[in-house]
Amino acid sequence: MKPGDEFELTVTPDRFITVRYAGASGDFNPIHIDEEFARQVGLPGRILHGLWTMAQVARAHTEALGGPDKLERLSVQFRGMGVMESEIVVHGIVREVGEDRAIVDSEARQNGKRIIRNGEAEIRL
Amino acid sequence: MAVNTAAIGKTYPPSLYAVGREKVKEYAAAVGEHSPLYHDHLAARAAGFDDVVAPPMFAVVFTARAIMPALFDPEVGIDFARMVHGSQEFRWGPLVVAGDEITTVATIDDISTRGEMGVYVFATESRNQRDEVVCSGVWSNLVRPG
Repeated sequence: MKPGDEFELTVTPDRFITVRYAGASGDFNPIHIDEEFARQVGLPGRILHGLWTMAQVARAHTEALGGPDKLERLSVQFRGMGVMESEIVVHGIVREVGEDRAIVDSEARQNGKRIIRNGEAEIRL
Repeated sequence: MAVNTAAIGKTYPPSLYAVGREKVKEYAAAVGEHSPLYHDHLAARAAGFDDVVAPPMFAVVFTARAIMPALFDPEVGIDFARMVHGSQEFRWGPLVVAGDEITTVATIDDISTRGEMGVYVFATESRNQRDEVVCSGVWSNLVRPG
């Protein structure tokens, strides 16, 4: 691994991903699973769970960089909202490589917008 | 918006979560994690683990219920309908596997304002049955003014 190394993960969430993720995670906030409720509170419709999208960012790191034990820390900022049935691209780039840790920057884009930004990970080497 | 900072430093009772094999598989499938490490206990054992491995972000599952009492604490006073998740950080220790028992403690790290928004920061620390810290989290939530 060296500074400037890049990786990418693409994923298109299907129509019912938020229902499965609600069950799997225990987060049943209706803005993710109830179309009518989501519109009532001013959203375009049901939106993705931010932590589902963060899980895609985490997966991009563990798949590209050697497995789950390599990921020591991940921080992200959520912006805007993710939606179903539209491709998400996670992009990561190695910023620096130390003796036993590397720092990786990342973001997730959908429809030209950054829905996760300022992703920063520490990777165990 | 006005916020009540009196709850800063408040800690909530520990929450115990028993990690089940099928729950790990269900979570892994929902986030697109297809490695046999997360789905096949024999493959996980062959790789040196006691049972299926929980993907790092499974931390959400065992910490979320520890945070609920803080989110709904009247002393904290979050208007849940106006809350959005601002940022999130996790730091991981040893991997969690099915069969682990995880104890999580949640604390109110900070309550402040940023422009019109209320900012509520929660910290969680999760330990396994060997008292190893498997995950610490910083959850930052923003609340729009009413």
